[in-house]
Amino acid sequence: MTGPATIFDRPNRYIGQPTPRADAARLLAGRGRFVDDIQLPRMVHAAFHRSPHAHARIVSVDVTAARAASGVLGVWTGAEMAALVTPYVGVLTHMAGLRSAPQHPLAVDVARWQGEPLVMIVARSRAEAEDAAELVEVDYEELPPACDATTALAKDAAVIHADFGSNLAWERKVDVGDIDAAFAQPGVQIVEREFRFGRHTGVTLESRGTVCEFDPSEGCLTMHYSGQAPHMMQVILSRLMSLPEENVRVISNDVGGSFGIKIHTYGDELAAAVAARALGRPVKFVADRMESFLTDIHARDHVVKARMGVTASGTIVGIDMHDLTGIGPFSMYPRTSAIECNQVLNLTGAPYTMQHYRAHGQVVFQNKNLMCQYRAVGHPIAMAVADGLLEDAARVIGMDPVELRRRNLMADDSYPRSSTAGMKLDDLSHQAALKKLCEIMDYDGLRAEQARLREQGIFRGIGFVSMVEVTNPSPMFYGIGGAPIASQDGATVRLDAGGALHVSSSITEQGQGTNGILAQIAAGVFGVDIDRVKVTTGDTGTVPYGGGTWASRGAGIGGEAMLLAAQALKEQVLDVAAVMLQSEPGLLDIRGGAVVDAATGAERMGLADLARTVYYRGNELPSDLKPELIATRHYRVTDFPFVFTNGAMAAHVEVDPETGFVKVLHFWAVEDCGRVINPMLVDEQVRGGVVQGIGGALYEECLYSDDGQLLNATMADYMVPMAAEMPEITVAHIETPTKTSFLGAKGAGEAGTGGAPAAILNAVNDALQPMGATIWQMPMTPERILKVLGKV
Amino acid sequence: MKAADFDYLRPSSLAEALTCLSQNVGVAQPLAGGQSLMPMMNFRVATPEVLIDLADIPDLRGVTELDGMLRIGAMTTYRDLTRITDRVPLLGLALPHIAHDAIRNRGTIGGSVALADPAAEMPALLLALGGVIELAGPDGQREVAADDFFQGYYATDRAEDELIVAIRLAVAKPGDSFGFYELTQRHGDYALAGVAIAHAPDLRIAFFGISDRPIRLPELEAALTAGTDPGPALDQIEFEGDLKASAATRRHYARVVLDRALAGMTS
Ligand SMILES: Cc1cc2nc3c(=O)[nH]c(=O)nc-3n(C[C@H](O)[C@H](O)[C@H](O)COP(=O)(O)OP(=O)(O)OC[C@H]3O[C@@H](n4cnc5c(N)ncnc54)[C@H](O)[C@@H]3O)c2cc1C
Repeated sequence: MTGPATIFDRPNRYIGQPTPRADAARLLAGRGRFVDDIQLPRMVHAAFHRSPHAHARIVSVDVTAARAASGVLGVWTGAEMAALVTPYVGVLTHMAGLRSAPQHPLAVDVARWQGEPLVMIVARSRAEAEDAAELVEVDYEELPPACDATTALAKDAAVIHADFGSNLAWERKVDVGDIDAAFAQPGVQIVEREFRFGRHTGVTLESRGTVCEFDPSEGCLTMHYSGQAPHMMQVILSRLMSLPEENVRVISNDVGGSFGIKIHTYGDELAAAVAARALGRPVKFVADRMESFLTDIHARDHVVKARMGVTASGTIVGIDMHDLTGIGPFSMYPRTSAIECNQVLNLTGAPYTMQHYRAHGQVVFQNKNLMCQYRAVGHPIAMAVADGLLEDAARVIGMDPVELRRRNLMADDSYPRSSTAGMKLDDLSHQAALKKLCEIMDYDGLRAEQARLREQGIFRGIGFVSMVEVTNPSPMFYGIGGAPIASQDGATVRLDAGGALHVSSSITEQGQGTNGILAQIAAGVFGVDIDRVKVTTGDTGTVPYGGGTWASRGAGIGGEAMLLAAQALKEQVLDVAAVMLQSEPGLLDIRGGAVVDAATGAERMGLADLARTVYYRGNELPSDLKPELIATRHYRVTDFPFVFTNGAMAAHVEVDPETGFVKVLHFWAVEDCGRVINPMLVDEQVRGGVVQGIGGALYEECLYSDDGQLLNATMADYMVPMAAEMPEITVAHIETPTKTSFLGAKGAGEAGTGGAPAAILNAVNDALQPMGATIWQMPMTPERILKVLGKV
Repeated sequence: MKAADFDYLRPSSLAEALTCLSQNVGVAQPLAGGQSLMPMMNFRVATPEVLIDLADIPDLRGVTELDGMLRIGAMTTYRDLTRITDRVPLLGLALPHIAHDAIRNRGTIGGSVALADPAAEMPALLLALGGVIELAGPDGQREVAADDFFQGYYATDRAEDELIVAIRLAVAKPGDSFGFYELTQRHGDYALAGVAIAHAPDLRIAFFGISDRPIRLPELEAALTAGTDPGPALDQIEFEGDLKASAATRRHYARVVLDRALAGMTS
């Protein structure tokens, strides 16, 4: 029998090949099926009146004129909606002490951020719904807002949830070793910085959206949903709308990007489902770009004060830090908004062997849009703090930053082990990754060029990051805390009568090529050509039960389930073939769509012949042979809370000291995501992630006024990184497969976003060094750079 | 968001368009390339009750040359302007900085001048070249020098019942030279600061993106012609700040773009 260990060097392997994804041609041809493409008979459209204030008591709501407006079919106030939906609270039991207040789809008594939905209008067209929304009259009594996270805990700050007595949502302390004693040792030098990380957001190409339909005859709700976790959404709708879980079907067809934006519970989407049930008509809600900026979860919003101690010979003794995270007025349901800060505490300094670590995280409420899990949760903060301090320390002790890293990165043969903060680590390759990085970027050559150009008044900088990424989470991530979020995934593989495979999986596709790698795994492991594999994902009505695609878990967990299912089906088919061919299963193999002689490769029987015999002419088979041409397997990560990956990245930038502009000249990433299933897809994941990281480092920020008005809620004012400014991004790999699965794949989706900001920060500071300036605030806008240069 | 309800008119002559406009003064807006007006309508920042589409009016189209002057129809798109950059080299320097291909295919010179966005390139270019704006209204035609046309944020000398018909620019002569520089963090964005310079043969310098309108300062031109420090003249400008750059940063940038444009003058 062909064992799992040999699946990677089979003659018809696809795993490891840059196979084009099957759906690329369809999407390019404009045949994608996104939520807004869905047109159902009798479908109607939702729009919302949203709070214009960051904090206001809702004195009265008058919807008389809106109800009477042309084309309007239904209007719901916050109170009316609250009567139809169970309130929800974004806490998890394993985040001890985390508190948040009950939320309703539409604000009831108090509006707590600008953009919070208050009244829903459903009309024949979106334009008519918007016309009616303008007729909603709300009498607001403005309340003092608490917007700035740094003053949210002050004595005189407005308290957003009076019952709590303060705006503190959660805090956590980590204390390993004895940082005070370590820092007091003779010869230990301390670098200390305050880092600021602005808020930004996901800006998905396809905005959030849903079409909900309710069939009263069966009591069934179907939600067409632009989202990443259909089964989670199924449970949430069932709980909050008091529907039997099996009567809720969530379908996520093509999804145009998500980045963590689309794994949360949004009031406007819930309200669309409620309206569909109430009206008995399909209701479409697609957020426009303004609504996206105002309500899609924001990310980051940290102020970190941190110190690092280092000896003259380059030993990092430890990090002492305080992280303040602003999360908006609620903790997001059901994943909570404390995870971001928790990750910062877990991950800061995780690549290094330092002995001492003290961290205090505080998560505060504020009257801004909700902040929650976005691509590379907490990672860019943790990496920028540790590696920013590291390169700062390198400057202080006069050591090359690569050399300082080399002396402190964990040895590649030292695993399994724990990080200073207590994370279980295995199969990492920090030293090898850094070495490879320096080779591919020609580090020595770049340094020489840098010195030469500085004499000509050209200020270039080189910056690095050594990073870890949390991937393939186990039940320890959410399930343990009571969240209805599956950590395991399932895959089904079925042989049809024509000899093709139909596979389905509980992970989802939102543009990264999930369906493509599922087909590669199934085709390669089972033994058919890839164009004979049809993939179904994203439908709770048809796919196995599982978590979806987020936290860089799709390939590692869903991919392994597919591998196991394909392997199981192969064994079942060979059992049947052995009987039909009067052979032994162990002497046979499946290659190129046929059962072959394992030793010689000679074809014995086409899969279509086998399947047709089983399906149509079962009379030819022995009666005690009960063929099952379908197999399902599930997989979850055991033994580890997460499967960590690592990488080393570098940025080469040029700073124009007259304008403060930063040009990223080149970016290099060496990633160890374990087994690379499709190098083309992995490279593009890394590149896309790097671009988002560059966005966070240089461009993107949700700018609020002091009284909580989002000032740049348009694509003209909110700066996403664009192709013209992006550098060449060179990607290379170290492959250290994880031992937690046969497939050996770890995640790769978030590494670029997690690492790039730190590398860019370090590169900019390297460029600024000869001018005696440093910057510790992201995004590093031209004006902020001019300020640290003393030019304005 | 979706635009509020509006009526759509599509006149086929200038006279008809002017009639449409004067019958709906205060509630109508002309529609040219729509690259600014449509987004404003979709945000419901602009809520015209009547939209008068200028697409079918022959009098607003085409470029003609007479006595060293080009007469450019208001509906000439940025893309079509690329055909006359040999006649007006400053256009060639400025056009690549205006938005992106898709927008340049539709956006018009008349629309840009009528809109008078203080960060837009075309108004400053008209100032630098001493351009003239031809207007038509119920009482006939008139023309206004660019120097007198731009009056503040999105404010011009155009009356509500007038249309911009054409723009007149001088054809470059041998020996003329031109400079252009603008700062944007991303290619195609509105300028954080920019300047257009014509030395033809007088020196004319027009900034954009730094104040409430395109700015031309005779004192600055005099200082540079005389070879003295332009700094004091720059200090006269009322710099405006926004989300992307404070007034102080714009003051700094004005000098940077000026120096860089002067350093890169065409020969
Ligand atoms: C993404 C993006 C980036 C952009 N970047 C830039 C940039 O970098 N620089 C820049 O300058 N512009 C930029 N623009 C704006 C673009 O150049 C606009 O097209 C231009 O400013 C207006 O021209 P339009 O023909 O589209 O006018 P429209 O949008 O149709 O009209 C604009 C205004 O002018 C009025 N109007 C139009 N024509 C006439 C006329 N003949 N007589 C009287 N009134 C008239 C309209 O009523 C309206 O009020 C950008 C636009 C977009 C969408």
